[in-house]
Amino acid sequence: MAMIDEPLYPIAVLIDELKNEDIQLRLNSIRKLSTIARALGEERTRKELIPFLSENNDDDDEVLLAMAEELGVFIPYVGGVEYANVLLPPLETLCIVEETCVRDKAAESLCRIGAQMREQDLVEFFIPMLKRLAAGEWFTARVSSCGLFHIAYPSAPEAVKTELRTLYGQLCQDDMPMVRRSAATNLGKFAATVEATHLKVDVMSMFNDLTQDDQDSVRLLAVEGCAALGKLLEPQDCVAHILPVIVSFSQDKSWRVRYMVANQLYELCEAVGPEPSRSDLVPAYVRLLRDNEAEVRIAAAGKVTMFCRILNSELAIQNILPCVKELSTDSSQHVRSSLASVIMGMAPILGKDATIEQLLPIFLSLLKDEFPDVRLNIISKLDQVNQVIGIDLLSQSLLPAIVELAEDKHWRVRLAIIEYIPLLASQLGVGFFDDKLGALCMQWLKDKVYSIREAAANNVKRLAEEFGPEWAMQHIVPQVLDMINDPHYLYRMTILQAISLLAPVMGEEITCSMLLPVVINASKDGVPNIKFNVAKVLQSIIPIVDQSVVEKTIRPCLVELSEDPDVDVRFFATQALQSSDQLTMMSS
Amino acid sequence: MHGGDEVVAAPSRPPEPLDWKFSQVFGERTAGEEVQEVDIISAIEFDKTGDHLATGDRGGRVVLFERTDAKDHGVSRRDLEIMDYPISRHPEFRYKTEFQSHEPEFDYLKSLEIEEKINKIRWCQTANSALFLLSTNDKTIKFWKVQEKKVKKISDMNLDPSKAVGSGSVASSSSSSSPKPCLVNGSSFDGSYNNLSNNFFPPGGLPSLRLPAVTSQETNLVARCRRVYGHAHDYHINSISNNSDGETFISADDLRINLWNLEISSQSFNIVDVKPADMEDLTEVITSAEFHPTHCNMLAYSSSKGSIRLIDLRQSALCDSHTKLFEEPEAPGSRSFFTEIIASISDVKFSKEGRYILSRDYMTLKLWDINMDSGPVATFQVHEYLRPKLCDLYENDSIFDKFECCLSGDGFRVATGSYSNIFRVFGCAPGSTESTTLEASKNPMRRQVQTPTRPSRPLSSITRVVRRGSDTPGVDANGNAFDFTTKLLHLAWHPTENLIACAAANSLYMYYA
Repeated sequence: MAMIDEPLYPIAVLIDELKNEDIQLRLNSIRKLSTIARALGEERTRKELIPFLSENNDDDDEVLLAMAEELGVFIPYVGGVEYANVLLPPLETLCIVEETCVRDKAAESLCRIGAQMREQDLVEFFIPMLKRLAAGEWFTARVSSCGLFHIAYPSAPEAVKTELRTLYGQLCQDDMPMVRRSAATNLGKFAATVEATHLKVDVMSMFNDLTQDDQDSVRLLAVEGCAALGKLLEPQDCVAHILPVIVSFSQDKSWRVRYMVANQLYELCEAVGPEPSRSDLVPAYVRLLRDNEAEVRIAAAGKVTMFCRILNSELAIQNILPCVKELSTDSSQHVRSSLASVIMGMAPILGKDATIEQLLPIFLSLLKDEFPDVRLNIISKLDQVNQVIGIDLLSQSLLPAIVELAEDKHWRVRLAIIEYIPLLASQLGVGFFDDKLGALCMQWLKDKVYSIREAAANNVKRLAEEFGPEWAMQHIVPQVLDMINDPHYLYRMTILQAISLLAPVMGEEITCSMLLPVVINASKDGVPNIKFNVAKVLQSIIPIVDQSVVEKTIRPCLVELSEDPDVDVRFFATQALQSSDQLTMMSS
Repeated sequence: MHGGDEVVAAPSRPPEPLDWKFSQVFGERTAGEEVQEVDIISAIEFDKTGDHLATGDRGGRVVLFERTDAKDHGVSRRDLEIMDYPISRHPEFRYKTEFQSHEPEFDYLKSLEIEEKINKIRWCQTANSALFLLSTNDKTIKFWKVQEKKVKKISDMNLDPSKAVGSGSVASSSSSSSPKPCLVNGSSFDGSYNNLSNNFFPPGGLPSLRLPAVTSQETNLVARCRRVYGHAHDYHINSISNNSDGETFISADDLRINLWNLEISSQSFNIVDVKPADMEDLTEVITSAEFHPTHCNMLAYSSSKGSIRLIDLRQSALCDSHTKLFEEPEAPGSRSFFTEIIASISDVKFSKEGRYILSRDYMTLKLWDINMDSGPVATFQVHEYLRPKLCDLYENDSIFDKFECCLSGDGFRVATGSYSNIFRVFGCAPGSTESTTLEASKNPMRRQVQTPTRPSRPLSSITRVVRRGSDTPGVDANGNAFDFTTKLLHLAWHPTENLIACAAANSLYMYYA
């Protein structure tokens, strides 16, 4: 046992706790590994700490995960890049552990370190390690190895490069599906480092193996690889090698593979280029839009606008629009909802005439959909159509849809439509709003559900912002203030909340003349909850009104409340008074 | 494609009947010893290699056994086995470890007690000598990792461990008598080393600091619950099954089957839902489900009406329609009150290559070829002599007992349990007439008698007295056992060798041939 000088106790404890029984203390020490390393110095870190950590591979997963992460940024502590290779052994063992997240983190750290290593060190240390992992007895090592090839390959001598490509090819045909999945996931990254000549031969044959795998989960990942791989190839090679694969994937027996194609199609189009997309992928996409499986149609419908954007409007009208019409009456509400969330975006692509002629009937039918999500999705994207054809054509159908949603029995639906009211107000204009929607906004202030009342109060504020204080004075403020006399104290509380939100928007004059008297009056309320909310509202009003008003009106009221029998009222009143004092002090 | 090298490719002459011998027993009861309810075994499962065996019991415990004859490492920690044949080549197992997988719980929302009983155990892919398994009770599935960990004996600490309370390690270092203040709680210094500036440490490091050294290399087994998959089943879970992709598994309850990713415990996908809109219309429930051993997209589930449905996960997200339906047409005129009850399938198992499905209903074992849905390729009567006694079996609820079944690794034989702790092994290779009855005791052949087709005793003579833990079961005029209380529900066949592990109450018996 060594003598420890006083200032070293913390660090000594930290080191001892690397082996503490308590996992929290071990975790703490591991997270401070850099401090320990600095205390030990570079040489002892290399010769003692790193071997010590390599031994510690049966610790709990949480500790191993933290260790894998720390080691990724450890190069400065072992003496810089020329010693980076000493970090490989502990990370190599971590690449073999059973827990996926630990392995992933260790592989990530190895990539970080490998990216900084000198070329001769990569050849001398990194590549042998990679080969050991790729030939590992347990699948865990082989899984991890797949993610390291792209670091090692560029630095490898020609003969080793051939060997690495062969190794990767073997991993693509490994017995364990986990390994093949990892190979499929990392193929794009690896392929990006492989020379063009080998890309077309070796990598493409690996890709072909993966696309024909028995396990659906492997093929799914191969679909994802299509786009990445396609971008690496020359356009003509891409059309020759990737396009047929995409087309065959789009007819795969497994709906999950087709779902993946539907989700990835836009990326895949980018990979093969616009011309082949139009000629070959349109039929594939149309098939997906008409797929038997609803999940596939949901994914495909969600990409309708993206896809139309790469086509010209003529092709879109000819091929895609008929499918869109079918989807708008699909039996699955989720398909319709997915379509509704993007269909408005088609308007700018198709242009005014086609939109009025073709899309408008679909919008109108979706606005009448029995499923609220569908209607909400249409309403939420209203601005996109407005730019193309104006709102008038829609407004007739819009109103009933909005009213119905506003009164929906599910509060989440009501909440969703409230969120869109300011958007609607800005698109529809003051006139339309006054006639039809004003009453709804007031009705929500008295909803049974708190979240709705809260959103309604906020909505009132946003409307005042949108249309200005003058309009608000006429159409909002009187109606809101009327409700302060509601017999139900919860509704009165909502009004107080609305007032505190409105005050900054309305400005000092209106606040003093209209809002403040109502609040002062409410301080006489019988319910303590109202009274302490009055105190809170007054506190929020103080900064926006003149000092004289504070002295004359607000403070006397607060002083009175601060002597209230109720403890909560006294608390909030005192708090408001204190904040008013602070404001006075700052301004003086 | 469908395992053509299985039974079909069997030699023209059926294999010789096996000569079964007793191998081992764990937790054998002494005469007159009463069985504790919590000790009764409720699940048995070999892992893929056959090197490990797991049992679950009603007390929520999982006990692991490991094979000793293939790989022998040094000392056994707790030697429970009784070895009658010390020099042998058949698989022998020894107790490895046990852990408490499930605890009794109470669902306050539904006012329901949730038993801790282990309904099923399934082994997952082994990695780095760490064993992984799934265990489930009625509601919650858990993912366990069992691993050897080094017992830490730390020495060479910087601070005197006997005084430093913060580091509660079992250090055995030679303590120096240097007078130095000890730390009350190490973690209280958390802030202070952050104040140490970068320049505080000299470039060569501080030579007085040292790393703790681990002195002991002794290991012990630790079971840790890695994930809990809960709140996904309204009804009781009857099966769990791993997919061949090594990434997903299913869990089935009475009305639904859910698909999980092993890594994700927060969500599952419903793939089969047989719940009718109105529960009054309910006529059929799911009784068991299993993934195809090699085709990741196929799974089979059985129903209380005696049908097996094969579904293809590729076809659609919600597999309400089956790809194939295996059902035996009802023999005309044979219908009785019990027909539907005894038709209920209690267990289905795929053969190793997935070509065949074995199902167990109350009276029979049936072997189905998945390419032939018109009827089973073979039917084996398990305890035909009980047919006249169905009325009594119904009265004491025995008719609802859920017997499991299993296939041998080579697909030539099938086995299932019955009452009075007996189980039966049938040859299913073409032309085989093998049919063996064994009793779960040290002398398995004690009660081997030919099953008569017509028992002569009248129904009324069956004793209705429920005997608990009785060692002398009632025997009818033909010497057939029908002790309803000692039933052999759970058994498993070793994946590569002729070894059967079966549970008789709290005892685990193993037989080899």
